[in-house]
Amino acid sequence: MPTLTINGKEVTVEPGSTVMQACEAVGIEIPRFCYHERLSIAGNCRMCLVEMEKSPKPIASCAMPAGDGMVIHTESEEVKRAREGVMEFLLINHPLDCPICDQGGECDLQDQATAYGRGLSRYQENKRAVREKYMGPLIKTVMTRCIHCTRCVRFAEEIAGVPTLGAVGRGEGLEITTYLEKALQSELSGNIIDLCPVGALTSKPYAFTARSWELKKTESVDVMDAVGSAIRIDARGNEVMRVLPRLNEEVNEEWISDKTRFACDGLKYKRLDRPWVRREGKLVEAGWDEAFESIAAVLKDLPGEALAAIVGDLADMEAMLALKDLLGALGSARIECRQDGAALDAGCRAGYIFNSTIAGIEEADYCLLVGTNPRHEATIINARLRKATLAGLKVARIGPPDDLTYRVEDLGDDAGLLKQILDGTHPAAEALQRAEKPMLILGQGALTRADGAAMLGLARAVADKYGLITGDWNGFNILHTAASRVGGLDLGLTTEGGVEAILSDAAKGKTRAVFLLGADEVDMSRLKKAFVVYMGSHGDAGVSEADIILPAAAYTEKPGTYVNTEGRVQRAQKAIFPPGDAREDWTILRALSDKLGVTLPYDDLAALRAKLAELLPHLEETDTAPQAAWGAFGGDSKGAKKGGFALPVEDFYQTNPVARASRTMAQCSAMMRGEDEDREGTGTDG
Amino acid sequence: MLKDKDRIFTNLYGLHDWGLKGAEARGDWDGTKDILAKGDDWIIAEMKESGLRGRGGAGFPTGLKWSFMPKEPDGPTYLVVNADEGEPGTCKDREIMRHDPHKLLEGSLLAGFAMHASAAYIYIRGEFWEEADILDAAIVEAYDAGLIGKNACGSGYDFDIYLHRGAGAYICGEETALIESLEGKKGQPRLKPPFPAMVGVWGRPTTVNNVESIAVAPTILRRGAGWFAGLGRPNNTGTKLFCISGHVERPCNVEEEMGIPLKELIEKHAGGVRGGWDNLLAIIPGGSSVPMLPRSICDDVLMDFDSLKEVRSGLGTAAVIVMDKSTDIVRAIARLAQFYKHESCGQCTPCREGTGWMWRVMERLVTGEADKSEIDLLLEVSKQIEGHTICALGDAAAWPIQGLIRHFRPEIERRIDERQDNAVAAAE
Repeated sequence: MPTLTINGKEVTVEPGSTVMQACEAVGIEIPRFCYHERLSIAGNCRMCLVEMEKSPKPIASCAMPAGDGMVIHTESEEVKRAREGVMEFLLINHPLDCPICDQGGECDLQDQATAYGRGLSRYQENKRAVREKYMGPLIKTVMTRCIHCTRCVRFAEEIAGVPTLGAVGRGEGLEITTYLEKALQSELSGNIIDLCPVGALTSKPYAFTARSWELKKTESVDVMDAVGSAIRIDARGNEVMRVLPRLNEEVNEEWISDKTRFACDGLKYKRLDRPWVRREGKLVEAGWDEAFESIAAVLKDLPGEALAAIVGDLADMEAMLALKDLLGALGSARIECRQDGAALDAGCRAGYIFNSTIAGIEEADYCLLVGTNPRHEATIINARLRKATLAGLKVARIGPPDDLTYRVEDLGDDAGLLKQILDGTHPAAEALQRAEKPMLILGQGALTRADGAAMLGLARAVADKYGLITGDWNGFNILHTAASRVGGLDLGLTTEGGVEAILSDAAKGKTRAVFLLGADEVDMSRLKKAFVVYMGSHGDAGVSEADIILPAAAYTEKPGTYVNTEGRVQRAQKAIFPPGDAREDWTILRALSDKLGVTLPYDDLAALRAKLAELLPHLEETDTAPQAAWGAFGGDSKGAKKGGFALPVEDFYQTNPVARASRTMAQCSAMMRGEDEDREGTGTDG
Repeated sequence: MLKDKDRIFTNLYGLHDWGLKGAEARGDWDGTKDILAKGDDWIIAEMKESGLRGRGGAGFPTGLKWSFMPKEPDGPTYLVVNADEGEPGTCKDREIMRHDPHKLLEGSLLAGFAMHASAAYIYIRGEFWEEADILDAAIVEAYDAGLIGKNACGSGYDFDIYLHRGAGAYICGEETALIESLEGKKGQPRLKPPFPAMVGVWGRPTTVNNVESIAVAPTILRRGAGWFAGLGRPNNTGTKLFCISGHVERPCNVEEEMGIPLKELIEKHAGGVRGGWDNLLAIIPGGSSVPMLPRSICDDVLMDFDSLKEVRSGLGTAAVIVMDKSTDIVRAIARLAQFYKHESCGQCTPCREGTGWMWRVMERLVTGEADKSEIDLLLEVSKQIEGHTICALGDAAAWPIQGLIRHFRPEIERRIDERQDNAVAAAE
């Protein structure tokens, strides 16, 4: 372990550390632009120069390995001059447009110029101007501001795995570009906005809408997929202006997907802001009392077995419990959370969560993907898989081929292959056997097949046979696509026959009333005969056959508990108020229960959460991924049939009501279909 | 003056056959197998003893550099010959490659053997079309004669030589940028450490040597380190190719002893300064990147690494650029500043931004369209670049300007004054 002397203080650091890390260990801040701890070292900004004794020149502390006996000075006159010099060079060709720059107030260049700069410019010549580069509907470029740190280039190449960003030209003419001026073909592209230390890459949807210091920042979790990325919701007044990532090493590190980041404008459009009641075939606006009375009138004489409920993808646990309790009070236990019909078994928790954990992917050495496309279903998990492949993880896939941004061995799109692996007649069986920490990721594409239960059993059998479950390692993983799903399964919201049975019973008239808790992904035409109550935030598919619409809060508008695909319990916070008459979901159910004469036994959120914790003690333990005990689940593996997989996510940008209401997501979706011809002008006319 | 018997490059002027037959007649490939038989340690020891310092500009001891390579490599390692000769004023490697290619090939084999390299890559500048053709033909000859390739020279050692053409970027002459370019990437210097001897081409240990350093090795090993060390001055031994250009009667390349007086070099071999020694204004002694010397220093300075360092310049590539009194000295340096602005790779901040700034100020100084305080500003900007960059191009851009200001500040000030006087006169 090398020991260095920094400004007279001795410090011992881990071997392989850099001088910069050693400086940080003794609490000395080294200014930097190009260095980023999750990217490779470029050493090109030269802002981190420090003085090293016995070296004729100052050294780049970000790149210099810490060596035993080094004597470093970070506050000497030479270092100060070097910083001033670099700062001056960075600023001579940087426009003085901070007042109209979206980065203003949260700009590394601005901050460091204040701290380490000279204070005034000695540059008399003309400044450089660079044409804007088109980078799609998400990223706005002002390339004159670029300081060529290449963070974005390194991110695209190393983290996102799409090496389409680069620098052309040389010297002063060096320009960062996507070469063909196409949008970055990545679901992680928005992260380069955060990485850009200046205002060269900013958020296009957010452009000129707010200043960073006007925003109220709320730490929350994302519900766009089942990953549960840590986010920060920035709101001004009662409007969400933007969503940014928050650090969570165990889940999203510091990245979020473009859907997480940019779907927030969907919170403004197509919102349900008042109750609606269907009268003579037409929906008309109504008050809460009127809506509740209409429901009560129908449910009054309804036997419990004629009542059912379907839970949507974005529901929080509080709402799910309240709905479960309400149905229970009305004599029905028919509440179903598996909106997509996945044959998951709520009986054994290890059978429906991502047991390896997201961070655990980095420990694995072999991964078999079955019926899943993690790039579209859980972008952040895909990024983690890519990171692991760079460190040696081998990935094989049974399912439709697609570019996952890393090398995947395609075994074929046939469920029969998994059977062959179980039999040991497929070469991949040997790879599983050889691996020290093998993992299997079973996607919804496998579970929503007609033989889904058998697929689950088959996957479990493979896991058992090839040592995926050992004392300290569980390599069996279900990859969910919906934020509500694991929570729903925890609450046991499964029914005999699943959604299909509810829909067919409704079509037959056996089920006469159906309650939709933000459920928009089922075939609404089959609910025509039933009395449908839709409670949700958006006027999406679910309202088409609804007889009563109850406006509820979206994920940014309520405190809610979510359980991600790992089984990690996380709490979302309320950043803004719901629009109009819309209310938090559980309070609506509580009020309705009153009207129905079956008052739910909780008057506030604390009481509701206490009830939840009583039912599910693990909910008390937030922000950790609990280990679930291995048990029996799934159907008989012999029932598994051959044939390909249909993946759950067809269009990454359009997977839930919020995203479908988002104009930004619609643009992205069009772009990915190749319909982005309405280019903005570049250069001086933009 | 160097005696004919001590000349290494006996076909420097291309008067004889460059091919294998001609080369063998001049003594190349003579007893190469015997030299190889003496072993790697002997070769490196001999090279160290000869005192040969790298001929590419930095003057790092060649034998020492070879000894940095792993003794027992766990995979392929490489010798890379830097034939990307691009330093303005320099034209020596080109002559070696087109007139004496076998010296380079034999040197590559010996150097490669000494450092346990599996192959050599000769990275040749893109513009050297004819030279690349000749070198290519020479490589084929050497393969056909069994001198390189499998069981090179019958020594039992396998050694391949590949010729790789660059695209003519100055920065690709920097060793790590050259490695990047050789790997098919954009020519941008790498951070050091790790040095190429640890992590070089395709991540493998690599030594990058200048063409001349490699081409002199066979003769040193044949004639003995003592002979080479006996030429020149201590720590600056041997012979060296000098490229004399500019305002002399007969611009030429010439092989001379290290430490020859600059004046003697020019008068003996280049026919003297145009219009006589008294007509001399300044000399850039080592290629465009070293600071110039005014006449007063040129009178008695010796041409070697240490002597030129003492007068705050450098031997560089030994490209002597002579400027007589007809030269617009400010304009000349402004032109060099433009060159470095054009050739900066743009990777790191001081060079990318600073070279353009310096060039623009230089252009104004040419016409005197500046304030006198800007001379000091320019000097400070050059110091802000120097030593703060990833590679030495930043230093190379800074030094010519520092040399100009050091020795010709009165001339710059005169132009500023003159322009102001003219402006005042015009106003009146």
